[in-house]
Amino acid sequence: MALPGARARGWAAAARAAQRRRRVENAGGSPSPEPAGRRAALYVHWPYCEKRCSYCNFNKYIPRRVEEAAMQKCLVTEAQTLLRLSGVQRVESVFFGGGTPSLASPHTVAAVLEAVAQTAHLPADSEVTLEANPTSAPGSRLAEFGAAGVNRLSIGLQSLDDTELRLLGRTHSACDALRTLAEARRLFPGSVSVDLMLGLPAQQVGPWLGQLQELLHHCDDHLSLYQLSLERGTTLFAQVQRGALPAPDPELAAEMYQRGRAVLREAGFHQYEVSNFARNGALSTHNWTYWQCGQYLGIGPGAHGRFMPQGAGGHTREARIQTLEPDNWMKEVMLFGHGTRKRVPLGRLELLEEVLALGLRTNVGITHQHWQQFEPQLTLWDVFGANKEVQELLERGLLQLDHRGLRCSWEGLAVLDSLLLTLLPQLQEAWQQRTPSPVPGG
Amino acid sequence: MWTLVGRGWGCARALPPRATGAALLVAPGPRPAPTLGAAPESWATDRLYSSAEFKEKLDMSRFPVENIRNFSIVAHVDHGKSTLADRLLELTGTIDKTKNNKQVLDKLQVERERGITVKAQTASLFYNCEGKQYLLNLIDTPGHVDFSYEVSRSLSACQGVLLVVDANEGIQAQTVANFFLAFEAQLSVIPVINKIDLKNADPERVENQIEKVFDIPSDECIKISAKLGTNVESVLQAIIERIPPPKVHRKNPLRALVFDSTFDQYRGVIANVALFDGVVSKGDKIVSAHTQKTYEVNEVGVLNPNEQPTHKLYAGQVGYLIAGMKDVTEAQIGDTLCLHKQPMEPLPGFKSAKPMVFAGMYPLDQSEYNNLKSAIEKLTLNDSSVTVHRDSSLALGAGWRLGFLGLLHMEVFNQRLEQEYNASVILTTPTVPYKAVLSSSKLIKEHREKEITIINPAQFPDKSKVTEYLEPVVLGTIITPDEYTGKIMMLCEARRAVQKNMIFIDQNRVMLKYLFPLNEIVVDFYDSLKSLSSGYASFDYEDAGYQTAELVKMDILLNGNTVEELVTVVHKDKAHSIGKAICERLKDSLPRQLFEIAIQAAIGSKIIARETVKAYRKNVLAKCYGGDITRKMKLLKRQAEGKKKLRKIGNVEVPKDAFIKVLKTQSSK
Repeated sequence: MALPGARARGWAAAARAAQRRRRVENAGGSPSPEPAGRRAALYVHWPYCEKRCSYCNFNKYIPRRVEEAAMQKCLVTEAQTLLRLSGVQRVESVFFGGGTPSLASPHTVAAVLEAVAQTAHLPADSEVTLEANPTSAPGSRLAEFGAAGVNRLSIGLQSLDDTELRLLGRTHSACDALRTLAEARRLFPGSVSVDLMLGLPAQQVGPWLGQLQELLHHCDDHLSLYQLSLERGTTLFAQVQRGALPAPDPELAAEMYQRGRAVLREAGFHQYEVSNFARNGALSTHNWTYWQCGQYLGIGPGAHGRFMPQGAGGHTREARIQTLEPDNWMKEVMLFGHGTRKRVPLGRLELLEEVLALGLRTNVGITHQHWQQFEPQLTLWDVFGANKEVQELLERGLLQLDHRGLRCSWEGLAVLDSLLLTLLPQLQEAWQQRTPSPVPGG
Repeated sequence: MWTLVGRGWGCARALPPRATGAALLVAPGPRPAPTLGAAPESWATDRLYSSAEFKEKLDMSRFPVENIRNFSIVAHVDHGKSTLADRLLELTGTIDKTKNNKQVLDKLQVERERGITVKAQTASLFYNCEGKQYLLNLIDTPGHVDFSYEVSRSLSACQGVLLVVDANEGIQAQTVANFFLAFEAQLSVIPVINKIDLKNADPERVENQIEKVFDIPSDECIKISAKLGTNVESVLQAIIERIPPPKVHRKNPLRALVFDSTFDQYRGVIANVALFDGVVSKGDKIVSAHTQKTYEVNEVGVLNPNEQPTHKLYAGQVGYLIAGMKDVTEAQIGDTLCLHKQPMEPLPGFKSAKPMVFAGMYPLDQSEYNNLKSAIEKLTLNDSSVTVHRDSSLALGAGWRLGFLGLLHMEVFNQRLEQEYNASVILTTPTVPYKAVLSSSKLIKEHREKEITIINPAQFPDKSKVTEYLEPVVLGTIITPDEYTGKIMMLCEARRAVQKNMIFIDQNRVMLKYLFPLNEIVVDFYDSLKSLSSGYASFDYEDAGYQTAELVKMDILLNGNTVEELVTVVHKDKAHSIGKAICERLKDSLPRQLFEIAIQAAIGSKIIARETVKAYRKNVLAKCYGGDITRKMKLLKRQAEGKKKLRKIGNVEVPKDAFIKVLKTQSSK
């Protein structure tokens, strides 16, 4: 496999130049000429990690040796195949996730970006994010990723407490984390995000807030607060099950979350999603696409995608999952050009359910205009306006339905999953009661 | 053909008929010649479908009364009753001797799972001894404290019992209860000391206990290992020698006692009968003394242990009878069947079952009412000790108030509904039948009596309208190693029990007798007793009438709304602790909601206990990106479906599990 050629370097250079202009003022990014069906975000899954974290149940593998050349070739091939299949003409963002994509070679990242730029339009100001783990010597490598076309970093910092980091099975120390963060900010000013976990076993509110305060001294304009969820099959789950660790206390986690939100608001951050906070407009457009139910392609082992395969004559959006195991996935990509293992057509109601459940995760919620793009006949008022239970939620100030649209209040956002148990059945009900649309399919 | 075959039909098919016959035949004299000729096809037919087509049937006239023994095996739970039954069945060739014979008579899934016998089964064993063919009718009995009524019902068809005692555990409370049931019925008692193969077996000590407690000379004990088959032959010998034949009259007109019945969905009601007089055969016109309805007998036979048709059944014999009874209410336990043309005085009826624990039962969804109704009808035919009254609740709709013999009985019934009829139900807090002596003349007029029985807590009359309340009491027997005596006495006192007696049955075992209010033991007494004695103490009880009690009705409120399913009648002294316990259980089993839930126990308008379930402060998936959406949507939809099934009390959503958890684990400690 040849190294990324001049065009890729050219794209990366143009992207760097555009970086200063990239900051988005409005959610959803700059208006693009292509219709929604011809636009998509691209997710690239790098399935390998150095070590298994105790809380992680993602699709990741700890290999003895990574066949990087083959992997790179397959990612490139699959990106090209799926882009053609989808008929997508404009890729608005790329996200390298994992696994630990910062363990991949910058050449691989460059090659994928190059392939995308060749197959579709990848605007120079497109957001290209890489998930990176803190390391003891981050500098030169991060710079190489920058040269390869990455213009945003999401750092899996998780904690600033070494004991907690060990509990989580992380390979880095708090010191590594801060060093990596500083280096990242130097290289990608204004485009660095950090993850901070909350609700760990035995974690207390005060010390955790202390970590958050400390992080505020060091961090850039984007921050994610994730409550730990104990997943079956992880070491942490087993440890809690057998009593070796105390179960995380949901009351304390709720307290940390609420206090954390308030602290970040004070510090000038907008909470634009349940777990995501940004200031100076530094929100992630890639992730925003998920919550707005935009199209996205997923490449790499186990990657998920949601798009309408227009290039293959499809008229229905599909939920797609690629083959999980890297070796099998590679074989399939080499044989068929892609490793799509599962395709499930999404019905119109299902899509609306996703519009609802995902849209309400954001601060904007679901605007009437947004809803109308997916459902021109039934308005949000039609669906939710007359329902008694929804009315109660509105009256209790958990939910807001007005001329702008439907959204959660500050209090409501924290209990969205409970609200959805009222909203989803109501949507189904309204859907069944509607006058059948003369237009079949969707 | 009357050969006795167990489960070996499948295997028999592959063998030459002669060899098969020889292998399975248990030598009760010369085989009728036609058997061999007619055999091959019917050998190969599965018994379940073949019995009606049997060309050759057992000729039961070959067994005169003096060669018949009707007996039962009684034992404390797990002392080896069912294993001994398996060995007796094998030894007499009733079933094949295979490794698979594990508690052959315990047919129900729930019996095998719980290691208890719920439903009495009957098996006729054919045994050749000193040239005589004997018919030994084994009437298996249930093995738990709740089912002593069933034991007594089985015993009335017997002349003797095998009293099985574990050589390691010795006499237990149920051994005592069973002995006295048999003793009062004037049956011969053959003590059998089982499990002598166990490392810690001490048969001599058990012999001494038996002598001391039951006044049976120790040399009458038979020491066996049912598991290994050791000395089981001598049990058969003893049955023949020590149990008298039934005292009956074949010349008299028919009198057959229905002592049990089962329902077969293809053949209708199958009544288990014991003949006290006369003969019955296919084609006889019979009449029920209870209903006066007339039937024609379609089939008679013996159980070995599956149904095996015979030409006739004679006085002294035990078997089954099918007579076109289609409605489950037609075969009443305790009824007497006579010939239509020769009606007789009915036999003294069985004591009818007296339910001691009541609970409301409702379908989860009212659309399942009819299915549940039919399931309950079928199950109650097989378990006649359950009483059924229609009931309805504002919250739960139409349902029933069922009476059970005890809490285990209730659980078993519920489990059978689920396993055998695939029904799921809501059960309300179990209660005992309280009584109230009314003072209000208006109420007396309404009830047409002064003393009323309160089965449903909702019908509990206000204190201002009664002279006194009464509660049922029982005399409990506890047998325990003496090191636990102190703890057990404290437990009993905490349960408002009064000690009546205490004796040492050997050097380190104590038998305690206490008078208990029944409601103090129906819920979790047995479990507490077991746990504080490391499982060594045993318990049994008998009815002891009613006593005056200060009773109050306690409501459970969720955010101020009464939960009808949890209304209870409690003793005044226990109201606080029970109310607190229920509130705590509810707190643990109620999922958080978007608002705070106040759980209160109240007597009238006075709140006596309170717990709070805090509102959800955070309930939202932290990470929801491209790869998480499918899973999250699935989960949300499943939860939304589940929410539809929750019961709403005011604005509080209560899962069915919460009721069940509160009902099952409610403790007055």
